[in-house]
Amino acid sequence: MIAFTRHKLFWPVLALVLLLLGNLVFTPGFFNIKVLDGHLYGSLIDILRSAAPLALISAGMTLVIATGGIDLSVGSVLAICGALACLRISKQADQGAVGGVLLAILLAVALGVVLGAWNGMLTAGFGVQPIIATLILLVAGRGLAQLITSGQIITVRSPPYRKVGAGYFLGLPIPVLIAIGMVLITVLLTRRSALGMLIEAVGGNATASTLAGVRARRITFMVYVFSGLCAAIAGLMISSNVSSADGNNAGLFIELDAILAVVLGGTALSGGRFSLGGTVLGALIIQTLTTTIYTVGIPPETTLLFKAIVVTIVCLIQSPAFRAKVFQRRRRPVVVAGPAAVEPEKAPTGDRA
Amino acid sequence: MAVLSAHAITKEFPGVRALDGVDFRLLPGEVHALLGENGAGKSTLIKVLTGVYGVEAGEIRLGDALVHFASPEQAQRAGVSTVYQEVNLMPNLSVAENIFLGRQPGSGARIRWSRIRARAHELLARLRLNIDVTRPLGGYSLAVQQLVAIARAIDISAQVLILDEPTSSLDQGEVARLFEVLRQLKQEGLAILFVTHFLGQVYEIADRITVLRNGKLVGEYLPAQLPEVELVRKMIGTELAALERVDEQTQRGLAAAEQQSPVLVASGLGRTRSIEPFDLTVRHGEVVGLAGLLGSGRTEVARLLFGADRADHGTLELDGTSVALRTPRDAADNGIAFCPENRRAEGLIPELTVRENIILALQASRGWSRPLSRRRQEELVRRYVELLRITPADPDLTAGTLSGGNQQKLLLARWLITEPRLLILDEPTRGIDIGAKAEIQRLVVSLSDGGMAVLFISAELEEVLRLSHRIAVLRDRKLVGELTNDERVDVDLVLQTIASGGATP
Repeated sequence: MIAFTRHKLFWPVLALVLLLLGNLVFTPGFFNIKVLDGHLYGSLIDILRSAAPLALISAGMTLVIATGGIDLSVGSVLAICGALACLRISKQADQGAVGGVLLAILLAVALGVVLGAWNGMLTAGFGVQPIIATLILLVAGRGLAQLITSGQIITVRSPPYRKVGAGYFLGLPIPVLIAIGMVLITVLLTRRSALGMLIEAVGGNATASTLAGVRARRITFMVYVFSGLCAAIAGLMISSNVSSADGNNAGLFIELDAILAVVLGGTALSGGRFSLGGTVLGALIIQTLTTTIYTVGIPPETTLLFKAIVVTIVCLIQSPAFRAKVFQRRRRPVVVAGPAAVEPEKAPTGDRA
Repeated sequence: MAVLSAHAITKEFPGVRALDGVDFRLLPGEVHALLGENGAGKSTLIKVLTGVYGVEAGEIRLGDALVHFASPEQAQRAGVSTVYQEVNLMPNLSVAENIFLGRQPGSGARIRWSRIRARAHELLARLRLNIDVTRPLGGYSLAVQQLVAIARAIDISAQVLILDEPTSSLDQGEVARLFEVLRQLKQEGLAILFVTHFLGQVYEIADRITVLRNGKLVGEYLPAQLPEVELVRKMIGTELAALERVDEQTQRGLAAAEQQSPVLVASGLGRTRSIEPFDLTVRHGEVVGLAGLLGSGRTEVARLLFGADRADHGTLELDGTSVALRTPRDAADNGIAFCPENRRAEGLIPELTVRENIILALQASRGWSRPLSRRRQEELVRRYVELLRITPADPDLTAGTLSGGNQQKLLLARWLITEPRLLILDEPTRGIDIGAKAEIQRLVVSLSDGGMAVLFISAELEEVLRLSHRIAVLRDRKLVGELTNDERVDVDLVLQTIASGGATP
């Protein structure tokens, strides 16, 4: 049991399960999944579909945070790339032409990579603090998106494009499949190659990594590019789902949800060890919470407050210091009873000469 | 009559007695040099004198009066000001604002800028500095910033000025200028306490010298009566008699090593403000020791040879091929390994496991796309954990939990699995226990016997003498001499070489 609770993903899983069970109390049919026209429908599927863009962005954010950085620009990058794709498609004579849609998607993804490279250049190339470097694009990016859409909301009528965010394949929503695919690729890329360890080394101690021959700057650059790529794909999902590009509101504040998902998943903001599985759980927790707010019928004016309270509770449950304080009283008699238990856990002794 | 004096000062930190019954006095109109190796208690003494720390025992007098400064501000108001090595002014504020920060003249909320500017200009003119006082301080050189800090200090209190390593980031011309100012201030009656690691500067500027060692007062001396070699010995504390003869090991294969071809030949290699151009050769199977006091440029040489700093002078040859090392990666690819002095900040990745830390350099040189197989990793790690006796021998333990000696061994293992041709060790035995120290020394010997070239840096001369075939001596960021470690060479000779600056070894 103790080994079980010590697993790093125990607390996020517990939080997610509690949230889902809580929903069952309010909505008896919450776990029901129906098959209509060969497509799966139900609250759980809705959560998965809505969580897909966030999970994807959070995966990119995880790697950035693991190097000790942060990427605040993902929401803006998402809006820019969605806007570019929609603009391109809206200019086509036949919006339903598959070739044109693919080209638009490719352009948007390439733009995401370029924007990520811009962040990478500022941080890894010129040593600008990540929070400042990406703040530039967070602010300017919305303007750029406005520029692309000429200040309007671009609507498209393109069945092939709509599939990206709202389509189904083998009964499952396509965005969910894309997110699963991308996260799997990321896991394989980081854990089957040495990339994951090198990223963790850079985040753990950049100076030492460089002195061990790790190309720390190149790795830092790469994670920002990857984050830009993830944001671009998320932008396609979101704009496709609503068949329109809104430069102002698409992905607004998603960077905060993504950072939260990463932290809920057990990756420290200070960099180093990261857990992509934890991040996906974190994204699911946040999306479940958002969905819960709608289904339970919490008044819209209190939703943000409600979300904040739940997130605070989740964070506190995950905090070892908090758990130690809360459960201390109950454990203390045990400690006194067994002399063997008095032995304090040996603190790591460092050399400070 | 001393303007500032301390009597029987004792200051303890948890587990350490930083100052043990230290006496000190500072006379008006003198420049007094405070000397000692790292950890001797110089900084602690300064902090005690200026009210940063309280004391366990002893008394401090300003003139005749017994004083207890509760803070540096209080000390400053009473007339004792300090300028630290890292100028602690605001680079984004103007020069004038910096000088008057927190004590702007004027009534109430109104600041009289014209008066501030005029007064700042006047103060700096006294230091023969004529600069635009409205420009941000950060735009000026470190030397100017240093002078501005001094101007601020002496304007606040004109009795005692304490300078903590003021010259460590200045070039020669800037140092000369600073000294000019110090001489002038001295003539105006100011008492100046001056901490430095540069011995040449001590003899150039100091009127008296106080030496500390291991928290104890060694003595107070007049420069004219204390030859440099004596001074160095007092700082390091090696008694000549006790170290008359070094280990027999030294002479092992001396002749053999001389016949080997050179691994590394540095010609005129140097970096402005870091280390003056030097020539250095390291042969296969040879251990070359770098000797010198703290701040003499030992680490700078190592960093240059590893590409951690970029050389702006000279050339480097490895096995006869000319190379330019721009990054540590270049050096690693060329078979150079470097265990840095500061293990925690520059070596270890504390949250990664022992295994990951050990394979890091090898993995980095293979690139991320060619991971070492788990089995190969475990095999390599097991071999080196056993060879170096890293304890606990659990490769999945977090590296940060290891003791200092084991962390050092871990860093050695990291580089040994890359099979380097040149191994640079910067203070590999500092701060680790005797047992681990002996093991590392033995390892260095066996590695060089196996044909590896080693550059060995240590503040402990005995250790350098015991392990090295040749010794390069550094002083004031300059390579001043090279000694072949034969029968003639002992601690005394190395000290003499340091003291004389290589003129008459």
